[in-house]
Amino acid sequence: MTGTLLKIDGLTKAYPGVVANDGVGFSVAPGEVHALLGENGAGKSTLVKMIYGLVKPDAGTMEFRGAPYTPAEPRAARATGVAMVFQHFSLFEALNVAENVALGMENPPPMRDLAARIREISHAYGLPLDPDRLVGDLSAGERQRVEIVRCLLQDPKLLIMDEPTSVLTPQEVEILFRTLRKLSSEGTAILYISHKLEEIRALCDGATILRGGKVVGSCIPRDKTARELAEMMVGGTFAETRRGGRTPGAPVLVVKDLSLPPMSQFGPALKHVDLTLRAGEILGIGGVAGNGQEELLATLSGEVPSADETVILKGEEASHLGPNERRARGLLSAPEERLGHAAVPAMSLTENTLLTGTIRKPLTKKGFIDMGAARAFAEEIIRAFDVRTPGPHVAARALSGGNLQKYVIGREVLQAPDVLIVNQPTWGVDAAAAASIRQALIDLAARGAGVIVISQDLDELMEIADNFCALYEGRLSAPRPVEGLSLDEIGLMLGGAQGMTEAQIEIQPEALA
Amino acid sequence: MIVGGIDVVTLISMLMVASTPVLLAATGELVAEKSGVLNLGVEGMMIVGAVAGFAAAVTTGSPVLGFAGGALAGAAMAALFALLTQVFLSNQTATGLALTLFGLGLSALVGKPFEGVRPPPTGKVPFGPLSDIPMLGRILFSHDWVVYLSLALVAAVWGMLKYSRAGLILRAVGENHDAAHALGYRVIAVRFAALAFGGALAGLGGAYLSLIRVPQWTEGMTAGAGWIALAIVVFASWRAGRVLIGAYLFGGITALQLQLQAAGYAIPVHLLTMAPYVLTIVVLVVLSALHRHGAQAAPAALGRSFHASN
Repeated sequence: MTGTLLKIDGLTKAYPGVVANDGVGFSVAPGEVHALLGENGAGKSTLVKMIYGLVKPDAGTMEFRGAPYTPAEPRAARATGVAMVFQHFSLFEALNVAENVALGMENPPPMRDLAARIREISHAYGLPLDPDRLVGDLSAGERQRVEIVRCLLQDPKLLIMDEPTSVLTPQEVEILFRTLRKLSSEGTAILYISHKLEEIRALCDGATILRGGKVVGSCIPRDKTARELAEMMVGGTFAETRRGGRTPGAPVLVVKDLSLPPMSQFGPALKHVDLTLRAGEILGIGGVAGNGQEELLATLSGEVPSADETVILKGEEASHLGPNERRARGLLSAPEERLGHAAVPAMSLTENTLLTGTIRKPLTKKGFIDMGAARAFAEEIIRAFDVRTPGPHVAARALSGGNLQKYVIGREVLQAPDVLIVNQPTWGVDAAAAASIRQALIDLAARGAGVIVISQDLDELMEIADNFCALYEGRLSAPRPVEGLSLDEIGLMLGGAQGMTEAQIEIQPEALA
Repeated sequence: MIVGGIDVVTLISMLMVASTPVLLAATGELVAEKSGVLNLGVEGMMIVGAVAGFAAAVTTGSPVLGFAGGALAGAAMAALFALLTQVFLSNQTATGLALTLFGLGLSALVGKPFEGVRPPPTGKVPFGPLSDIPMLGRILFSHDWVVYLSLALVAAVWGMLKYSRAGLILRAVGENHDAAHALGYRVIAVRFAALAFGGALAGLGGAYLSLIRVPQWTEGMTAGAGWIALAIVVFASWRAGRVLIGAYLFGGITALQLQLQAAGYAIPVHLLTMAPYVLTIVVLVVLSALHRHGAQAAPAALGRSFHASN
């Protein structure tokens, strides 16, 4: 680790109304694993997009191996030796693995040679892949392998990874880290973006911390605690969630042998899901994205009806009821997709309250909308949940992700549900807002409501849930009390009962040797 | 060979000619849709190609220049569509419908002076002794060059989509334009090119109608062939080989019903005229229903607007 591979100085990029990067500078040594830390909107993504040539900086200079570096487009970046694995995978579901890899290369060899090289490289790095499979049929972890192998085939000097572990099980994270360490030992530098502070402490040699588009510090992550890192990101301290004592009461929601065909082309089917939710309980449902989370929320909320006698709400059959009928009986939900599913982007916050609020709140009069009441309810949500916005007349799309999420959760919580189901309540939300959302869910349960939290963030589930189930390929495991549950056990639950993940893990050491 | 008053050799030979306009237009639309753009303006591009090709051929006296003119006019219409939908991000469905209406109106206006004129004839390709082979000679080796060109184009499009790097990029853009953009491909340029190619083939198909198939110019002479081309692409599950089957089926039934009329069968003319449209759609619906991948074969980004904002 001598010398400098990438040196960035005074990089600035402004968008209308916001300076995404303001005089950012740092450097990365060959073989270094360097973390970029920062909350949402701190400018991490813009920064790496400039390094990868997707965005042109307004000012500032970059140097790569001592030479000026101004990539006009990703092609130029790849030619120089910079590769990137994207946060939202840049893959094509209807194409096979080899075709996907070929699309990410400048001069791909003929398909047959490429397939052989994919096999060879993917095994050498412990990421076995079959080049002929359709990407749409792969799991999230396997899809990421495709992205990584695509980068590795080009022999990069610098590998940029944007939130690579957000969709992986703990075991898959372990495999990924082994691969990254091997790469680093071979001299490839890695620029690693993540929210997950423990991972950064385990993996990274150095870190640059961004806040509001500026570099506010750098550190060696191993020497700091996760809490210190979080406070450097936020620029202040924030409250820890109080768990409080809860005693589960009578069952409020019972699901029996619920099956559902896939809702989309590559989506999973739900298979014989059973669960019981008690009053005052928070049930955490973990799982890697695309294992049936959306489908489960859709059937429980009433968007998709299920077979008779599969959903029983407060002792009454509710399988055939639509969302509004379920709302009337006390079951509310907040889907994962904030813009477009939980809220209409072009409508004001006031209008958005009407979407779910008219059943349980007196927001209509004789069939007409009572705008005054709707506005008052919107203002109440904004106040109670500290939504940062000029007022309820603002369109939903104008809010940042975290603020809109607080608004969406607040809208449901303030309707005093008996059962609340949320999917990914803090996805892409900064640490402070996430803490307040979690606190609201805990408080709701303490008041006697049953809450189901579907999330990919295991730390979050460990923090707030009483019981934990894993969703894998549309099957839900039996619940386990969170207390005393280790991350390893959870990882195995997330990988399914068939023991597939364990088998893969046993193969890894040989493949790495 | 005569079966039930119908000469089968003539029928098959006619089938290839009757299918060619739809085959050309459908092949072009296949490429456009594979890039992720739904262009409902095929009918409009065809009819503009028909009138432009006719005008160019009559004015210059050269059918080859006529076909070139038809293809250029179709491509120009497609470029207009591409400008509106790809650069100005207008709604693809509405723009496509508007393109058809615009094409029908424009062609009627431009075509007025050409009504009742005869175009210069296009000769058959001289195959020499090959065309004297009994039956096969008349079926396979007695056509004009555009029929062979259309078949070559289907094969070329099939090969390009399946084997070439350009085809892979085209499919990638149609599957996931955001990912393609992130990898550094020029989504809008690819779609512009695909649309222009689609427009050129639709224009060529239109010119074939007015220069060879009919051959004269009448207002609204495409008579829904563009819509059939669109339907064929969907029910062919976006595959070049099945587009060929669909188009020849349509052409075959068209040729058959003409022969039935000529042979004096007592079937109402309206039913016969309707038959190619109805039967083509029924057969293709059944085929795509049997083949359960029908809906899944659609390019995932079909009809979605792309803007490189994130």
